[in-house]
Amino acid sequence: MNHAIKINGIHKSFGGLHALKGIDLTIEQGEFFALLGPNGAGKSTLISILAGLIKADAGNISVMGFDVVNQYQQARQLLGVVPQELVFDPFFNVREMLRFQAGYFGRGPENDAWVDEVLEGLGLTDKAQTNMRKLSGGMKRRALIAQALAHKPPVIVLDEPTAGVDVELRQMLWEFIKKLNRDGHTIILTTHYLEEAEALCSRVGMMKQGEIVALDSTANLLNKFAGKQLRLTLGDVSLPPGIQALLRTQERGVFTFALDDMAQIEFVLSSLRSANIKVIDMQLNEADLEDVFMSLVGKSSASVSI
Amino acid sequence: MSKQTSLMSNLRGPWTLLKKELLRFWRVAFQTVAAPVITALLYLLIFSHALEGHVHVYDGVPYTAFLVPGLIMMSVLQNAFANSSSSLIQSKVMGNLVFVLLTPLTHFQFFIAFLFAAIIRGLVVGLCIYLVAMWFVDIHITNFWLILAFALLGSALLGTFGIIAGIWADRFDQMAAFQNFIIMPLSFLSGVFYSIHSLPPFWQKLSHLNPFFYMIDGFRYGFFGKGDVSPLLSLSIVGASFLVLALITLKMLKSGYKLRA
Repeated sequence: MNHAIKINGIHKSFGGLHALKGIDLTIEQGEFFALLGPNGAGKSTLISILAGLIKADAGNISVMGFDVVNQYQQARQLLGVVPQELVFDPFFNVREMLRFQAGYFGRGPENDAWVDEVLEGLGLTDKAQTNMRKLSGGMKRRALIAQALAHKPPVIVLDEPTAGVDVELRQMLWEFIKKLNRDGHTIILTTHYLEEAEALCSRVGMMKQGEIVALDSTANLLNKFAGKQLRLTLGDVSLPPGIQALLRTQERGVFTFALDDMAQIEFVLSSLRSANIKVIDMQLNEADLEDVFMSLVGKSSASVSI
Repeated sequence: MSKQTSLMSNLRGPWTLLKKELLRFWRVAFQTVAAPVITALLYLLIFSHALEGHVHVYDGVPYTAFLVPGLIMMSVLQNAFANSSSSLIQSKVMGNLVFVLLTPLTHFQFFIAFLFAAIIRGLVVGLCIYLVAMWFVDIHITNFWLILAFALLGSALLGTFGIIAGIWADRFDQMAAFQNFIIMPLSFLSGVFYSIHSLPPFWQKLSHLNPFFYMIDGFRYGFFGKGDVSPLLSLSIVGASFLVLALITLKMLKSGYKLRA
C-alpha cells in the first residue's frame, strides 16, 4: 500500500530565508497526523508545496504514490486542502460553490449525495442556498472546509481550520473529521490549539525554523519530552538536597517537580518524610503537548502559535 | 464505457470552470452586458447626430450605418478583455483563485475555460448592440461568415490578452492602467469612428500598427463588402496575433507565473 504522503528532502528558500531545510516525512494512509510549530516554522509553506501552490527548490512529495509536480493531476485528485486564509467567491451560494468545486475534479451530479453529507456534517444544510458573502465568519470557515471535501478526497489537509472559530463549530468539525478518519480518510492537521492535536492525532510532527525537530506518536512524545509534574504544597521549608535537581518552580510554598516516571513520586515523598517535611496538598499533572512544545522550542506558549 | 466516463470527467473540469465564469458575469449582467450596450448606443446617438452628413466614409454608406459595426466590434473586444481580466484580478485579490489552483485542471483547460467565457461575453454584448441598433439603423450584412470569424478571433485575442493582464496585475490600479493606457487608446484610434483613409499619411501608417484597426476593419468588411485593407490580410494578422498571445499565455500558465510561487 502506498504512503498517504511521502516527503523527501524538501528545500525552499524565499530570497535569503531558508524556509524549509530538507524536510523528510512519511504519513501513512488512515493516519490522523498533526503538524505543529510556531509561526514561521514552515508548516504552511510545506502544505503549499504539497498542494502545488508553491514550487520546492529541491526534493519531492508524493500523494498515494503520485508525484505532486510530475503527476499533479492524479495527486490533486487525491488531496483536499483547506486553505488557512478565509477566502470565498462572492458570486455564488454555498451549494453552487461545492458543486463547482466537485466539478473541477470531474465529479458530476452523482456526487450530490456526498455534498449533502458534507453540508450536514458541517452544519451548513440551512445555509446551502445562502450567498457566500452573506455568511458569518464561522460559517465561511465551514464552507471553506466543505469546499476542500467536495470531491471526497482520501487525503485531507486542514491548515489551521479552527483559527478564530467558536467552540461549538470546533466540536462539530472534529466530530465530522473523526468520522472521516474512521471511514479511512487520512487527516493532516495544523492547529493553534495543542489540546486539539493531543486529543485527535495519533502522531505528531513538530517543526522549528524549517526543520522537523520531533516526530513520534503523541503518546511517545508526551512520555519522552515532558513526563509528569508533581505539585506539592509544603509551606515555608527547605528541601532536602536529594530532590533539588527535580525541582522546577517554587512559589509561595508550592513546589513543582518534573518527573520522568511514576517511580520518582515515591522517591520525592520518602525524601520529604526523611526530612520531616509534611505534605499539605498534592497534585499530579499529566504532561501535555504544550510542555513538549516548550521543551523543544523553548518559548512560553503565550508567545507562540502552534 | 470506462474510456467514455474518463473523457466525460476530463471534460467536466474545464466545462465547470467555463460554466462558473459564464454565471459570474451573467449574475451581474446589468453591469457586464446592459451597461456596455447602453454606452455603445450613446456613442451611436451622439456621433451619428453630430457627424452624419459631415464625415465622408465609404461611397454610398451613411455615417451612422458605418458607425454601427465599429461600435459593435469595439464593445466585443473591450468586453472580452474585461471578462477574463476582471475575473482573474478579482479572484487574485480576494484570494479565491486558490480553489481553482488546487484542482487537477491543466494549464490548457484553465486557458480554454477563461478564453471561451471571454468570447461568449464579447459575443453576447455585440449581439445585443446589433439587435438594438437594427431598430434605428438600416444595416445590411454582406458576408456573415467574415463577421463571425472576426468576432470570434477578435474576442479570442482580447480574451487572451485579458488573461495575461489578469495574471500580471496584482492590484486593481494596475489593471485600470491596462484598460486606460492600452485598451481604450487602441480601440478609439482603430477607426471605429472614422475611415483611416481620411487621416493624414503619417497617421494612416501608424494606424496599420494597431491590431485593433484590423479587427474593426475586417469586421466592418463583412457588413459593407468594403474596407481600408483586404479582409484576408486583417484575418491573417488577427489570427497570428491570437496565436502568439495564446502561446505566451499558455507558457505563463504552465510556468505558474505569478500564480504559483
